[in-house]
Amino acid sequence: MDLGTIWFILWGVLWAVYFILDGFDLGIGTIMPFFAKSNEEKRIMYNAMGPFWDGNEVWLITAGGVTFAAFPKTYAVMFSALYTPLMLLLFALILRGVSFEFRSKVDSPGWRKIWDTCNFLGSFLPALLLGVAFANIFKGIPIDQDGILHGNLLTLLNPYGLAGGLLFVALFAHHGALWLAFKSEGDIHDRAVALAGKLWPVVAGLVVLFLVMSLFMTQLFANYLVNPLLFIILLVAVAGLVLTMTYRKAGRVLASWGASAVLIGSAALFGVVGIFPALLPSSLNPAYSLTIQNSSSSPMTLAIMLGVALVFVPIVIAYQIWTMRTFSHPVTKADLDYEEAY
Amino acid sequence: MDTLMLSRLQFAFATFIHFIFVPLTLGLSIIVAMMETKYVRTGDETYKRMAKFWGKLFLINFALGVVTGITLEFQFGTNWSRYSTFVGDIFGSLLAIEATAAFFLESTFLGVWIFGWNRLSPKLHCTSIWLVACAANFSALWIILANGFMQHPVGYVIRNGRAELSSFLEVITNPYGWNAFLHTVTGSWALAGFFVIGVSAWHLLRKQHVDFFTKSFRIAAGFALVSTLLVAAVGHRQGNIVAEVQPAKLAAMESHWETQKNAPMYLFAVPDPDNEKNSIEIGGIPSLLSLMAFNDPAAEVKGLKDFPAEDRPPVTLTFSAFRIMVGLGTAMLILAVLAFIARHHPEEASHKLLKIFLWTIPLPYIALQAGWAVAEVGRQPWIVYGIMRTRDAVSPIAAHQVGISLAAFFVVYILLASLDIYLLAKYARSEPH
Ligand code: HDD
Ligand code: HEM
Ligand code: HEM
Repeated sequence: MDLGTIWFILWGVLWAVYFILDGFDLGIGTIMPFFAKSNEEKRIMYNAMGPFWDGNEVWLITAGGVTFAAFPKTYAVMFSALYTPLMLLLFALILRGVSFEFRSKVDSPGWRKIWDTCNFLGSFLPALLLGVAFANIFKGIPIDQDGILHGNLLTLLNPYGLAGGLLFVALFAHHGALWLAFKSEGDIHDRAVALAGKLWPVVAGLVVLFLVMSLFMTQLFANYLVNPLLFIILLVAVAGLVLTMTYRKAGRVLASWGASAVLIGSAALFGVVGIFPALLPSSLNPAYSLTIQNSSSSPMTLAIMLGVALVFVPIVIAYQIWTMRTFSHPVTKADLDYEEAY
Repeated sequence: MDTLMLSRLQFAFATFIHFIFVPLTLGLSIIVAMMETKYVRTGDETYKRMAKFWGKLFLINFALGVVTGITLEFQFGTNWSRYSTFVGDIFGSLLAIEATAAFFLESTFLGVWIFGWNRLSPKLHCTSIWLVACAANFSALWIILANGFMQHPVGYVIRNGRAELSSFLEVITNPYGWNAFLHTVTGSWALAGFFVIGVSAWHLLRKQHVDFFTKSFRIAAGFALVSTLLVAAVGHRQGNIVAEVQPAKLAAMESHWETQKNAPMYLFAVPDPDNEKNSIEIGGIPSLLSLMAFNDPAAEVKGLKDFPAEDRPPVTLTFSAFRIMVGLGTAMLILAVLAFIARHHPEEASHKLLKIFLWTIPLPYIALQAGWAVAEVGRQPWIVYGIMRTRDAVSPIAAHQVGISLAAFFVVYILLASLDIYLLAKYARSEPH
């Protein structure tokens, strides 16, 4: 396999890991206004993501950085052509990021309400925007040979893009409910499991809808038809979808969360594999697409970066797993009395 | 205004705001780690309370550092897409390394540190803040090496219309980048030292929690003195490097128009770029500029007139920012010595002195921002020195898009930064638990 292809795969995997990890934070933030009945319950939700959310968000920074390093032209066109949605994403993440730190720093309901709103918007909007953006990338965006977008934000809000946005919101909300169930006990735990149960059919329906739309509105299946072995990715996604339900019903919430992670990861990879070897297909003319060939860095950069990734990414994964285990206990009242808690 | 001007404004604004919060992160993480180490070594609970008190300020400050940092990472693609395509090979790699090698470590272990006081052994807990401190300073190395490439490009070849990597080793051993890194982090440490000194002085002026703030003051005073000495020494070296690799910037920093040997330095001058001279020059010290720039009083220093007008950076801004930085650096040295002398019994220092320490807090902030203004404005008109002009780097996007985002940044950042500074002040004045 050549370096460009290896980096293409790593690129897809990084985005997938980002969706899996930040997905549960964004999901918890999205369900919070509908779920939490009291300030205490909100605090349990904040603290359920407390030690993790920032480390999770770095996967986004890394995915962006790797796009820059390995496929500079793709990074340049992707970020400038999608200027407005990206800025919206950025502002949403900014508001979310400060809400964690600010919320409990002034003891007033009005103050908390502001940051709860920011956290909700900062979770829901990124889920939606990422879904819309990636669905559009999977379908192809109207860029010309100079990487200039012919259209605007509304162009991206086409039916397929919106279906992608809704799918991401549902996937993340379901994923977040499961994480909350894992990190809580008693009433909250039970309600979180019940919520995941209610969200599951929505997720399943949207997955089917998205696949059907992909079949009719995109070229994503072309690669699969050439190499039917790739259909394994879809099988894995379906397995994740089914297993997340069976584990949940069996009361094994962590396993159910894991299956949901598999579902999210394979859903992302489904699209990434479909657009190979393009990273940013053009819907105007396939010749304008940004591909491994016309957008990657020099072989020397790709080789050095591969070394860097092979050394550091496993280390990162190891200490992030250690962190998750260290803080795997349910958030209790005692945790809320802890001085440093959110 | 066109897309270029708006993008420059947006980048400058976003970076300046980011860099209000970054330096305190770089220095205070180390000070908190020193306090916690002392707690682990001696078992003295005061040091634990100190780590918690200053740690809280660290965290409030950190929040804005993180959210404003993401903006910068995105902006290269959104606003400088031609630049990103041109240098992605090299610049993109350094950013990606920064994220994988430093940001993950920093963010993950900060989470561990915040939530781990009762769940980890004291030693492990202390290790986590050291990891945060090292990772934060390590992240600065990569981003400044990236910036170093823009200032003094090395290790590349121009191929396929892009700057492609030819020697990774040269890129990561770029002397400009390393020296700028040392200068920036030592400046940031000094800032954190003066921050702790100033906040402690505020409490000592009120005679409250005297033991707690005397101990804090003492740690910070030593830290500030060492850092301030280092920042000046490394800064001098930075001047030598600039003289060598960016002669036009050096000339602008000194508003030096005529190429000459034994070039003098003026204590006071007012540049007049339109007429290519200084309208006022007072207190010329013969040969000092040659000596400072090249460590040789007879060396020839190239003047601005010998550069085509289109290759000259904005003189007045570069010149004034440099004066401000060096002036403040000198003032900080004196103040650091005073703090060091007072360190054992700062509570007995005169009210006047304690008040001065309180009002010293903003000085290093101004010096750091001025320093970056010298480095960045002085680099103009180049985005990558000598090989790509800023005007050729901007994204092909509509001006109104950038106008709207700039306005949004302005409102959101000013609001969030003010709230953050309000919270910092609130918790700095609070009683340590
Ligand atoms: C001298 C140091 C320095 C400089 C010049 C910059 N930064 Fe920075 N940055 C840091 C030092 C730092 C830091 C101390 O490591 C921060 C501050 C708070 C934090 O979380 O890390 C940080 C945070 C931070 C983050 C968030 C990391 C996270 O979520 O944990 C990003 C994405 C960037 N920065 C990116 C940039 C870019 C693209 C810059 C160039 C224009 C830049 N920074 C200049
Ligand atoms: C954190 C400290 C920094 C500050 C305060 C700062 C400040 C500035 C300022 C004032 C400008 C505008 C100059 C002008 O247009 O006249 C600028 C431009 C720029 N700087 Fe920096 N900078 C910092 C760090 C960096 C770093 C670390 C990088 C890259 C790794 C960087 C990359 C750029 C780029 C790409 C531009 C835009 C193009 C330009 O206008 O030259 N800056 N910065
Ligand atoms: C006191 C003597 C000082 C000297 C001789 C000095 C010298 C310099 C020089 C020559 C530059 C080069 C600009 C460039 O690289 O383009 C610079 C930049 C800078 N200075 Fe200073 N400086 C001094 C003090 C300070 C202090 C006290 C601070 C902050 C607390 C500071 C912060 C900076 C920063 C952040 C930069 C930009 C990064 C860099 O290029 O190194 N400096 N300084």
